[in-house]
Amino acid sequence: MKLWGIADQVVRLAILLAIVGGVTVALRARFVPPSFGETGHYRAEAVTIAAELPVRYAGSEICAECHDDQEELRRRSYHRGLSCEVCHGAAAAHAEDFEAQQPLVPRARGEACLACHEYLPSRPTGFPQIIERLHNPLEPCVGCHDPHDPTPPEVPSSCAACHAQIERTKAVSHHLALTCETCHEAAPEHRIEPRSHLPNKPTAREACGRCHAEGADSGAEIPRVDLDTHGPRYLCWQCHYPHHPEA
Amino acid sequence: MPEDRSRREFLISVLQFPCSAALVAVCGPLATAAAATEDEASSERYFGMGIQVDKCIGCGRCVRACKTENDLPEAPFYFRTWIERYAIHADGRVDVDSPEGGINGFLPRESEGEVVRSFFVPKLCNQCDNPPCVQVCPVGATFKTDDGVILVDSDYCIGCRYCIQACPYGARFLDPRTKTADKCTFCYHRITQGLLPACVEVCPTGARVFGELKADASPLRRLMRMSRLQVLKPSLNTEPKVFYTELDGEVR
Repeated sequence: MKLWGIADQVVRLAILLAIVGGVTVALRARFVPPSFGETGHYRAEAVTIAAELPVRYAGSEICAECHDDQEELRRRSYHRGLSCEVCHGAAAAHAEDFEAQQPLVPRARGEACLACHEYLPSRPTGFPQIIERLHNPLEPCVGCHDPHDPTPPEVPSSCAACHAQIERTKAVSHHLALTCETCHEAAPEHRIEPRSHLPNKPTAREACGRCHAEGADSGAEIPRVDLDTHGPRYLCWQCHYPHHPEA
Repeated sequence: MPEDRSRREFLISVLQFPCSAALVAVCGPLATAAAATEDEASSERYFGMGIQVDKCIGCGRCVRACKTENDLPEAPFYFRTWIERYAIHADGRVDVDSPEGGINGFLPRESEGEVVRSFFVPKLCNQCDNPPCVQVCPVGATFKTDDGVILVDSDYCIGCRYCIQACPYGARFLDPRTKTADKCTFCYHRITQGLLPACVEVCPTGARVFGELKADASPLRRLMRMSRLQVLKPSLNTEPKVFYTELDGEVR
């Protein structure tokens, strides 16, 4: 068979190639998703799908539109950095239609407050923490602290109220009998506005020397060093931790 | 006269060459200029996260918010973000625990030996700029968007688990409902609307900072300017876009 004078084997090959090509094009059209490769080696459509998922946390700006009284209080309190939904839970549905969903209102002791404020040694020093067993047992937190303005109703009586980690460290050390005032002078205002009235810390080796120098007027059981020869290049607390000195 | 014709063709093509070269010379820069302005517009939106380890209190609010926002399975081992507690012992031993990802907070550790330091480290997908998970995906179901976020196309994922193996940070898991890979998206549906990711929104101490990496000024840029930054496993050259400050050398 000769078609337009073209050799037989060439015609057969051309037909075969046409079929293979056609099938390839058809399979590609069938299996490669429509938006694949528009912006890279992926379905461009998937980005839109990911961007259109439902939002569940509304963000605190929208809460303030109705709850401006609580917002006003919170904004000037220690909880100013907190978003409403930290304690009240996801509330996008409530923001959309306030009857559709009631956000959480944690009132019971330990329902919300302790997640952040129960003492854990791994928490950063200075973060306000309590030991739940010892801190007014059975009273609900909201009985004394307004969560929107949680400043304690009275100024704390002991340093341990805020410096629990140091207090507990000191309690198991040889320095357990020393009060904080032995080494730190804190103005009474420090208990009300801690950051504006910082207590002072010892600055010289003589502070430790009051008890630990060779000629110091202190108990015989207290370890003594010669301040002139014992590590004269350093301040005491560069090698020893004063809240938990080694034996 | 076949020789004549081919000579004519040759001359024509010789004349055509400078014309087409000139056309390319004129249009080429125009095209790249157009592409450049487009790039500049989108490059502002290039997302990253900063994590201030010394501010994390281990309350687990971020883990819970992430589960709620992204509708993740209830079971306590499917997490897009989780918190690890590190305890460094006096003898150099390092204990890491993460009970239920930290979703219910932490209880005091059962102490064995003296602990010198202890702290919390929030973890999530590092949104690597050079992502191993994208390289290994055989079908193109996981990819980097123009804003630098690594996403998973769950309608196109075949559930082969290569990406889960490839992730050096253990940030991926197989969603038991769809049998497809899943991971943190920086809450892509929120950030594209100008909201913060859910974990950043609820972090009570501001330990997580979210923002644009290439903007002149953003909360993240400020953090990056003011702190010493570290990333996890820098030796792997994955170029993470999640930056840690005050990170202990023991954290992997």
